This record gives sequence, structure tokens and C-alpha cells, in this order.
Amino acid sequence: MEFAELIKTPRVDGVDLHRPFMPTVEGTLCLTGHHLILSSRQDNTEELWLLHANIDSIEKRFVGSLGTIIVKCKDLRVIQLDIPGMEECLNIASSIEALSTLDSVSLMYPFFYRPLFEVIEDGWQLFVPEEAFKDLESMTDEWRLSEVNKDFSVCPSYPSLLTVPKDIDDESLCKAASFRHGGRFPVLSYYHKKNGMVMMRAAQPLTGTNGRRCKEDEKLINATLCAGKRGYIIDTRTIAVAQQAKARGGGFEQEANYPQWRRIHKAIERSNVLQDSLIKLVEACNDQSHSMDRWLSKLEASNWQSNVKEILTTACLAAQCIDREGASVLVHGTEGTDSTLQVTSLAQIILDPACRTIRGFEVLIEREWLQAGHPFQQRCAQSAYSNGKPRSEAPVFLLFLDCVWQILRQFPCSFQFNENLLIMFFEHAYASQFGTFLGNCVAERVKLQLSQKTVSLWSWVNRPQELERFLNPLYEPNNLVIWPSVAPQSLLLWEGVFLRWNRSTKCLDEACQEMVHIIEYNKELQNKVNSLRRQLAQLETEESPLQTP
Amino acid sequence: MEHIRTPKVENVHMIDRLTPRKSTVGTLYLSSTHTIFVENSEARKETWVLHSLVYNVERFPTNPSGSPLIIRCKNFHVYRLLIPQERDCLDVLASLTRLSRPECYGELFCFSFNPNLDKELREKAWGFIDLKAEFNRMGIPSNLWHVTAANHEYRLCDTYPSELFVPKSAFPAVIVGSAKFRSRGRLPVLSYFHRDTSASICRSSQPLSGFSARSSDDEQMLQAIMKSNPISEFMYVVDTRPKLNAMANRAAGKGYENEDHYTNIKLQFIGIENIHVMRNSQQKLIDVGELAAPSMSDFLWGLENSGWLKHIKAVLDAGVFIAKAVAEDGVSVLVHCSDGWDRTAQACSVASVLLDPYYRTIKGLMVIIMYAHLDGDPKEVSPVMDQFLECVWQLMQQFPCAFEFNERFLIQLHTHIYSCQYGNFIGNCQKERRDLRLQERTHSLWPHLWENRAEYTNPLYRTDHSQTQGVLKPLTTAYCFKFWKGMYGRAEKSVASHQSPADCLNAVREESQQLEEELSAHQEVPRETDAGQGIHTHAYISHMYHQAF
Repeated sequence: MEFAELIKTPRVDGVDLHRPFMPTVEGTLCLTGHHLILSSRQDNTEELWLLHANIDSIEKRFVGSLGTIIVKCKDLRVIQLDIPGMEECLNIASSIEALSTLDSVSLMYPFFYRPLFEVIEDGWQLFVPEEAFKDLESMTDEWRLSEVNKDFSVCPSYPSLLTVPKDIDDESLCKAASFRHGGRFPVLSYYHKKNGMVMMRAAQPLTGTNGRRCKEDEKLINATLCAGKRGYIIDTRTIAVAQQAKARGGGFEQEANYPQWRRIHKAIERSNVLQDSLIKLVEACNDQSHSMDRWLSKLEASNWQSNVKEILTTACLAAQCIDREGASVLVHGTEGTDSTLQVTSLAQIILDPACRTIRGFEVLIEREWLQAGHPFQQRCAQSAYSNGKPRSEAPVFLLFLDCVWQILRQFPCSFQFNENLLIMFFEHAYASQFGTFLGNCVAERVKLQLSQKTVSLWSWVNRPQELERFLNPLYEPNNLVIWPSVAPQSLLLWEGVFLRWNRSTKCLDEACQEMVHIIEYNKELQNKVNSLRRQLAQLETEESPLQTP
Repeated sequence: MEHIRTPKVENVHMIDRLTPRKSTVGTLYLSSTHTIFVENSEARKETWVLHSLVYNVERFPTNPSGSPLIIRCKNFHVYRLLIPQERDCLDVLASLTRLSRPECYGELFCFSFNPNLDKELREKAWGFIDLKAEFNRMGIPSNLWHVTAANHEYRLCDTYPSELFVPKSAFPAVIVGSAKFRSRGRLPVLSYFHRDTSASICRSSQPLSGFSARSSDDEQMLQAIMKSNPISEFMYVVDTRPKLNAMANRAAGKGYENEDHYTNIKLQFIGIENIHVMRNSQQKLIDVGELAAPSMSDFLWGLENSGWLKHIKAVLDAGVFIAKAVAEDGVSVLVHCSDGWDRTAQACSVASVLLDPYYRTIKGLMVIIMYAHLDGDPKEVSPVMDQFLECVWQLMQQFPCAFEFNERFLIQLHTHIYSCQYGNFIGNCQKERRDLRLQERTHSLWPHLWENRAEYTNPLYRTDHSQTQGVLKPLTTAYCFKFWKGMYGRAEKSVASHQSPADCLNAVREESQQLEEELSAHQEVPRETDAGQGIHTHAYISHMYHQAF
């Protein structure tokens, strides 16, 4: 067993665990292949179970023979372990370092995890493209399900089944794919039932400096327009960035070749910039000694809130084009796997009430993120405490969740789920016992045989016992399009994630419980009154005088 | 009426700057008390703006579409009008400028406001809140504290009430001597008495100590205050000014207590800035709220640059310091600044809210506001009350179940403090108020608010909730403070929040109450009337229910 070699000291007694806003716990520290465990010897066992995969970085310090390891986690928590004995401390530190940076995916915990619950509904079957297509077919006959990518050769980051305009054959799709970055030709992302408008997504066209064009690509996207209608291409990059992309073979759709489309450029930052923004934000949030001026200036300098605003604004724009302007939309940036997905998935939350249910939101993540080829493994390899040069890490998904939280906060009655669900998805995207977020695209997941060898996150979340935690007591199904405000004063710092470990949440949790009580009590009363009303009605129809002497 | 040049202007546009399509057309009316805008739409929606709430009126150069006029209110509402004819615009401007600047007390709205109440009810309404009763609630008079007649007919200090609470052990000569040694005669008097520890909060103005002056009477006065708390061996003197300001006052023969002259006092400077700094800061904050389409950076930078949250933090920190001394250390505190109104009133009020659950109820907050106001607020417009209300709002964010009232109550209070509709906030001290015969000539706000308290109730508040009990210990780290959108983000109507959880919950609770009534009508089950007790009542009802059937 290769883990044993990495664990030099499996167990140390007398270790002190310090966490902010919690009492110090003294106990025994154990290292296993996948966990760091601290258990106190008291009966009311205060325990810490930490996945090695959750550890972002560690720091060690020595005062005499007392060693201290500061463990910084991907879920942003920072804990401190005081370990007696210098050798033990060094051993523990090097073991943690080795175990938390395993390269091979197949050594990750999901491949070893055996659920303690019965899988009633297999989460790997949560989203079946064929079934989704049946729904689409019931509304329109202008689309077909193409198997052109069944062996992932046309586009390695796309799933095997794709929804495309009916009139475009597979051969044209292949040609269009060769004209788009990474083979990501335009595919259907969302069909707006209300007016039949659609949202498509793709990667940038490979126009290059000499303005290459592709008739099939033009035909493909024109096929989504009704006669005489114009559509909008939303390029998530600024015009300057899009221009620069030409030098590297990329580019954007020229008006001359796409006369029926109006192109709009937005300014969503690229992933390496976002990573830097996250690091700065978390640094600001973790320093409790900041004066007000310094805090606000660091918050501003991190640019995190600006990123949230820009992404939400772009999503609102896409939704507006579809719902208000009655136009179809094509969204892309460079690769079409990051900002593009942020925009298309958020626009759907704005437009489609189904995405605001738990099931619908899971399907949205499955469809618009996992199957759409967001490289989770690369992006979530490190979080805010990564030291060293970031490779391809970026909090793209976290920013999406942050934007969802902003909408949820503005429309607290329109979502079936609460903030906890979003925080849970954030945690699991970075470190999990489930296989859902492993790999970078469908092709990789198939190769890793995730659906056979690991448990799906959805298998666990969708159990009634777990779902309860994630339900929003205020939810009232609402069929309307919801328009969030993107004014700076309407967008708040997501405290549930960024200040989670830096304050006590007792009072806020109590408020949530109180809310649940009020609603549950009301439901119980309703049931009682209804049953009484029924009994009364029954008594009246029977007309039997129930007189007691 | 002689100030109204044009009572009616037609085809006026009310502009919504953020969402121009929400702008409306209507007719503008000027009455002696209000500006009224009636929309031409079918709903004939009316907007009423009280003249006394108008802060300023500004006209912009006429353009082809008309003459723009901006009305800014003291409660931070902003109305943007477009008047077709320049002449009408000038008339409205002149009328409003005059009407919003009463030249004598008699012109104030409260002297003409007549809500159809008979004389007896009006007098009763003025007795709704009674300071003596409030001290009785705290257990005063007691064997250690009593009322002194020293300020009868305001002969000791004309800005204090005539009845003052002082230590029983302080002889009349000491009281008079102490008053002589304090700026404007504002000697140390009791502000709050904490029964659990017998520690007290007293307030005063700065001593006339200069560089070397001393008064044995004043020293004895402080000694008497300290001795009124039998268990404590020292007391704090909290000077709420920055130390430099306090030192500068010594040159003018004022200053702070010399620790060598007073036995067993500990002097503590808190560093709340003076009223001029605060007013400046607030204006900058208001400007931030008025920015046209600000970026996130503009907003955060503006927020930082205003310094407003820094000042709010300073006030809350002062309250926390005092509350901790009184509740945890059992040490009495004397609070002063320069003259002993703004900062002293703020700090004492915030400490009281932290210490005593009563001040977190609707009636309790009325008491504290009246109390703080009565004690000689200076004539100039100052954001002292705004800051106190905001501190309460910031606390509500951390302790959502601790307050009986909601945000709407704070905003309503804020509006009425400036509206001059009721007599409660007219005049600067008891003497002036008595001279104006306010109780005979104007109405009191409190009963009006009390009658509508259902609208101002926090659904999460329960008298038996743990957050409702005891002392609040808020976190005052910089990141805990938020921009108060409900107050300062009101310049534009479209920024209003979409759904309010509190309103949903209140509706649910109301329904529950009706259901309870229906149930008890069916079953004749005894029922507690307080809806807040519902959850506990519920077990009882269900028990009875099973018995009945």
C-alpha cells in the first residue's frame, strides 16, 4: 500500500487543536491515507476529520521542542495544530504535504470511499441527455440530438450527445468544430419556452489575423434564427482582448460574415486574474486587525466584488436579449469553458424557474458545468492559500456560486434551496468523498470509470435526510423571470463562505431555525384546520345528532 | 399659503435615473405642507413629500425636454423632476425653498398638524413615555440613588431636565460645586443603572480643568458615584473624544479629569470624531448613494473615503467598552465628551441597548430615543441620531432575533426625527420644550407608532429566545459592518429590495394567528394570545385536539 510509505508517523498524542471562535481541543492526531483525524479522549468526543485533499497549504513553526503546524484548507478554514516533539511535527508536516498533493487521480479518496448509506437513486443518472431532449422535442421540432462526438474526437471537452439545429448535418458540425477553439462548435444551451428564443454556447472562432471564415459555422448559428430576426453574440471578453486573441489564432465573428448578429463585448476576467482576486480577498478577510479603511481598501483592491458584478451583469444581458428583446443569443469567450458557462448558467437561473429548484439546480450544474467541460480538476486543484505560481487554478465555479447567492439573497422566496447547498457545492468541488467533480470533462470521467468506481454527490444529496438541510423554508414556487439588481450597493460580500471561519454564526443559525419553526408551525396549523373542516363537513352531511347526556 | 406661487403644474416627469423606463408623467401640486405628485397612469399613484423633510432643492439648466429640478430630503430620498416650462420650475423652486425653511417655530408643521384627536387623548398620548417610570423600571430611586431638586427651574443647568438622578450620598453643595466645574453646568448624572451588578452609567460634560484647575466638589461627586457601586474599587471615566482633541480643550480651560486629583478613576479615550467631521462624512456617504452608475470600485472607494463606517465602528466600540465594564467587570462608568450631548448620548444609548433587553423592544427604543434627545441635543443638524439608529441596525445584522422591531421601524423613526410632524423632536432641551408648550400645541409620535406596531415587528423576535436575554456581545471587526442600503441606498426607487423575508414571515405569522383562532373557535381551546408563543402553544393545542376527538 503506497500510502503507508508516505505516513512516517501515523499517530501523535497530546496535540492541541486551535480553531478560531472554538475552544481548544487536546487529543490524539492520526494520519490515514486520506484523512487527518484529531480525536479528544473525552467522551463528548470533539473530533476533526479533514480530507488531505482539502488541505491547500501548510506552514510550520517551532518554539523549543513544541512544533506548530498551520493547516490552511481549500474551504478557507485555517486551523492550528500544536505538536509536542520536533521530529513528530516534521514527520506529520511532510506526510500531510505529500498526501495532500497526490498527482494521480485514481489515488483520490472517492475511489476508496464506501458509502454508509444505501444508494437509492444513482446520481450518475441524474441527467440523461436523451430525456432532456424529449422535453425539448415536445416544445419544438427544430433541434436534433447529434452523436457526432460519440468517441470525443470532434471535441474532447464536449459530451458524446449534443443538441444542434435539425438542418445541420454531422459533417457540417465537424467543419464548424475545426473553426472553433478546442472544437467547441455552437451547441444549444437553453431553450426559452415563453418565446422560443435560444441560448447557444461555443468557444471563440479561429479567425486568426487574416480573417478566416467558415461557411458551416455561419450556417450553423444562422439556423437558430427565425426568418428576419437578428441575434446577439455575447463575447465575454473586451474588444481589446478579443483582438489580441487573433494573433494566437483565435478571434471573434466579423460583422461582414455574420450580418444577422450583433456582437456585444463584456469584460469578464480571465481565470488567472480571478485566482489572484480570490487570494487577495481571502487575505483581507482573514486579518481581523484591519482598520475600517484598510479593510475596505483591501476589499476593493481584491476586485472580487467587481468580478461578481461583471459576471452577473453579463448574465442579465444575455437573459434580457432572450426574454425582453425576443432574440437568440450565442455566448462565448476564449475556450468556452469558464466565463461562457458562468453566463449561460446564470442566465438560466434568471430565466427558468426550474433551475431554482434543488433538482433543477443540480441538473444545471451537471449539464452546464460538468458535461459542458468546465475543467474542475485543474481549476480546483488549489484554492486561496496556494503559494507558488498558479497553473490553471481559478475560482470560476466559486464565482458562479457567489453570483447565485447574490440572486438568492435578492429573491429569498424564489429558490427551493438555501445558502448551505451553495456552500456544500463549493466544498465538494475542491475536496470530496464523491467522484462527481473529478476529471476535467466527460471523456476523462468515462476513462476513469467514475460512475462504476465512485459514488456520485447527487446520490448522497438527494436523500431526504440530507435534503432537509438545504431547503429554503421561504420558498414559494414562482414562474417569473427574476431580474437581480447589479448596482454595487445591492451586491454583498458572501459572508457564508468568506467570513465563515472568522466569526460565530450561532445567532444567524438561530435565526434560520426560528424561520423554519414559524413556517412549520403554520403548516401544522393548516393541516389541523383542514382536517377539522373536513370532519365538520362530514358531521354536517351525516346529520347525526351526537348528543351526550 | 402666501409662499405658493404655482399650486399646480401639469405634465411633470418623475425621473428614475437607474431605470429610465420606470419614469412616470403626472401632475405636481404644492400644498402648504406637502409637495404631491400624482401619476397620470390609471393607478393615479401619489407621492407625498413633506416640506419640512426637504433638505435642499436644486435646479439645473433648462434643456429641450424641460427644466430639471432635484428635491433632496433629509431622509435621503431624492426626487428628480422634469418640468416643461422654465417659469413653472422657477416658481416651484422658489416656493419649495421658502416652505422648507421655516423662519420660526410657529411655522413648523407640527403646530398645524391636527390628526383629529381630542384634547384629553392628546394629553394622554404625551404621557405614553414617562422618564420617571423608566427610572423606576431600573429600580431607581433606591437606597443609593435618588432624585435631586437641585435643577428645579433649570437654575443649575438649563439644558438638563429639571429632575436629575444622583447618588444619595452626594450633598447639595457637592452637586452645585460639581455643576460649576463642568462645561455648561452639565454635572454627572445617572443615565443607566444595571441591576445585576449595581454598576451605573453616568453622563456629564467635560470638566473645566484646564492645565491645573481642580474642584473638590467634582472629585467628591465622582467618589460618590463610585461608592454607589458597593463592590467596585474604581470607576472608568470614558472620554469619547480622540485624546488630541481632549488635550486641545485644556488650553481653553476645559479638558479632562486629572487622574492624580481624582481617587480611583481610570481615564479611557475612545476617539469618536466631532460633529463637523461626522457631518462631512455623512455628506460623502450620501454622495456615494447618488453616484450615477458607479462601478464596484467607485462604490467601495467612496464608502472608504467617506469614513462613515469607521465612525459607526467607533461609536459601537464605545458602547461595547462601556457595556463590558458595567456588565462583566461590574465597574461604573462616567461618560463625557465636550458638552456632553452628541457623542456622550450616542455612547450611553448604544451601551444601554447592549446591556438591557428592554431597549431592544419597540417601546424601549422609543424611550431611549426620547431620552437621548431630551438631553439637550444642539440646534444644528447632526447625524448623531442617524448614527445611533445605524448602530442598532448593524447590531440587528448580527443578532437577528434580539430585537422586537424591524428595519422599517428604524427608518420610520429617522424620518420622524426630521419631519417636524410631531412635537417630540422640536426644541433642544426640556426647558425650551416647556416654553414652547409643545404638549398643548403639538401631538406625540409615540402612540401613533405604537398603534401601528404590527408593521414594525420583527417576526423572528420571541421574548423567551436566548438572543433576547442578557447582554449583547457583538463582534466589531471591520468586516462586520455593512453599508446600510435601506437608509442610504434610497436615492433611487428601483434599487429597493425585491422580496423581504421579514414581510413573508410576518404574513405567515399573521395567517397562523388566524388559524389558531379558527382552531380555538372549533375546539374552545384556551390559547395564548401572543403569536410569538405559538410554537409552544402548539403542543398544547395538539394535545387538546387529540382529546377532543
